[in-house]
Amino acid sequence: MASNAIETRELSKNYKELKAVDKVSLVVEKGTIFGLLGPNGAGKTTLISMLVTMRKPSGGSAKVNGFDIEREAGKVRESIGIVFQDQSLDDELTAKENLEMHAAMYNVPKGERRKRIEGMVKLVGLEEQLNKEVKTFSGGMKRRLEIARGLVHHPKILFLDEPTIGLDPQTRTSIWDYIKKLNREKGITIILTTHYMDEADSVCGKVAIIDHGKIIAEGGPKQMKNELGGDVVSIECANSEKCRKQLEGFAWVKNAVKHGGTVDARVEKGEEKIPKILAFAAKKGIMVKSVSLRKPSLDDVFIHYTGRTIREQEASPGAAMRLRRKAWGQKR
Amino acid sequence: MNREIEAIYALWKRELIRFFRAKSRVIGSLGMPFFFLAILGTGLSNAFALPMEGNYLEFITPGIIGMVLMFGSMFSGIIVLIDRQFGFLKETLVAPVSRTSIVIGKALGGATTAMFQGIIIMLIAFFLGVNFQIGNAVLLLVFMFMISVMFVSLGITIASKMEDMHGFQIIMNFLIMPLFFLSGALFPLSTAPEILKAASMFDPLTYGVNGLRFILLGYSEVPFATCFAVISAFTIAFIAIAILAFNRIEE
Ligand SMILES: Nc1ncnc2c1ncn2[C@@H]1O[C@H](COP(=O)(O)OP(=O)(O)OP(=O)(O)O)[C@@H](O)[C@H]1O
Ligand SMILES: [Mg+2]
Repeated sequence: MASNAIETRELSKNYKELKAVDKVSLVVEKGTIFGLLGPNGAGKTTLISMLVTMRKPSGGSAKVNGFDIEREAGKVRESIGIVFQDQSLDDELTAKENLEMHAAMYNVPKGERRKRIEGMVKLVGLEEQLNKEVKTFSGGMKRRLEIARGLVHHPKILFLDEPTIGLDPQTRTSIWDYIKKLNREKGITIILTTHYMDEADSVCGKVAIIDHGKIIAEGGPKQMKNELGGDVVSIECANSEKCRKQLEGFAWVKNAVKHGGTVDARVEKGEEKIPKILAFAAKKGIMVKSVSLRKPSLDDVFIHYTGRTIREQEASPGAAMRLRRKAWGQKR
Repeated sequence: MNREIEAIYALWKRELIRFFRAKSRVIGSLGMPFFFLAILGTGLSNAFALPMEGNYLEFITPGIIGMVLMFGSMFSGIIVLIDRQFGFLKETLVAPVSRTSIVIGKALGGATTAMFQGIIIMLIAFFLGVNFQIGNAVLLLVFMFMISVMFVSLGITIASKMEDMHGFQIIMNFLIMPLFFLSGALFPLSTAPEILKAASMFDPLTYGVNGLRFILLGYSEVPFATCFAVISAFTIAFIAIAILAFNRIEE
């Protein structure tokens, strides 16, 4: 059993009526990069909060690194590193002071602190900023510092809640590179959440899709895409709901989902189906703007299981605001 | 055990770094007490019939030191709230360190910076001409320390219960200011109306100010033994309450 980094059994968390996490049973093997994917409010942060002993479960149990999260919270804490969704640095301290503080709190041997801090800072490329106050940092620099901090005490498992939200593409890429390197070179198990499906796809060895507090699908990204099978034909058209209904009626369409003005139809041998689709659209008077063909992506897996895209969630201004506020630590 | 001490030390150091880094805050926090002493103290120097020897400036100096200790340490306690708002609190809460140690570290840090401010005010008073008769410097430090720890603990308790900074103004106006004014820092209680006198007996700062006045000037409106006993009791009670309240924080 010791080969599992995380094992949960019917782990649940209720906020009054709301089942934020609903009987989640999950196993993460050591050395995995594990992605938790889900729309806003799915329960990802709540699940992680319980695993890192921040919030008490309402039901069920979990082991992290073989330690029970309730009875052996102290041991769990020693063996994990956390990068929270919201910023959690002391702005008025320098990067170095933040790291030293962390090292002291995690009882890193005094003689090793300097070496470790230097090593971590190098890893995330913040050598130049070591003695600057954190309030002068950009969002990306803060995020990198938080990752470095989460690693100073050599955790066996690193939790990353939305490590790249709000960052520019270059910084995102470089953060994912660090994460992969860490996993490869130090064998650290990584549990992460992200809204970027393509990134999850390229980084994670395993993913779980969570919605309304429940895990609704789980597996390797490749395996999940293969299970979906076939091709995805995306049809951008004027009357997308009508188009979707019509498509669903065909035996050769496995399923059709609409998001925005686009309908995604999953079919076998997509290139042969495009003419058919165009012909039927012309007959029904559906104005087609564009058609594209692709292999299923993790986005399609997500759509398949949740009935919506993760982007739709983000597209609503409220949700985007909420995420941004979370990412920047609710400054007013 | 060693680990807990490490953490306490780290948290103590953090309070000091934060305090001394914000130069404007240090100066800002000393502004009001300075004007109390320099303007109110000297301006009213002959306006009162005092129940003690010495002038009004001398009378209020212990009161202003008490005020500085209270304001400074309350504010350190309230930092918990700022930490929560800016997320740093989470980092402390998930560290493998007991909550009790976190409270102790913060209390010691807050008390240190408050005492620093108190001592600066003492020096200013000295240069304004206050004639201190300090019998026992160790007792003075211990007493200042207890007052500070008491109020940091009160600050931590309040911060643990409050959701955000919006309530801060209420605390300032309806708790800190009345505690200060009722303590007999600015006027002699012996000549005050009965109702004020009675109310002041429920104000821990009354015992702080009078205890300080006794140690610094050899005069007190409340017996020193009473002051010392009450302040000790309040300090212990408040830190216990702070630990309980801080332990209840869910996040
Ligand atoms: N402290 C709380 N009190 C009450 N409800 C909460 C609390 N924290 C979270 N919730 C609710 O629980 C649900 C799950 O929230 P959670 O933050 O875990 O979602 P998430 O998957 O991390 O979402 P996001 O992608 O937006 O970060 C949401 O409906 C949220 O409103
Ligand atoms: Mg979240």
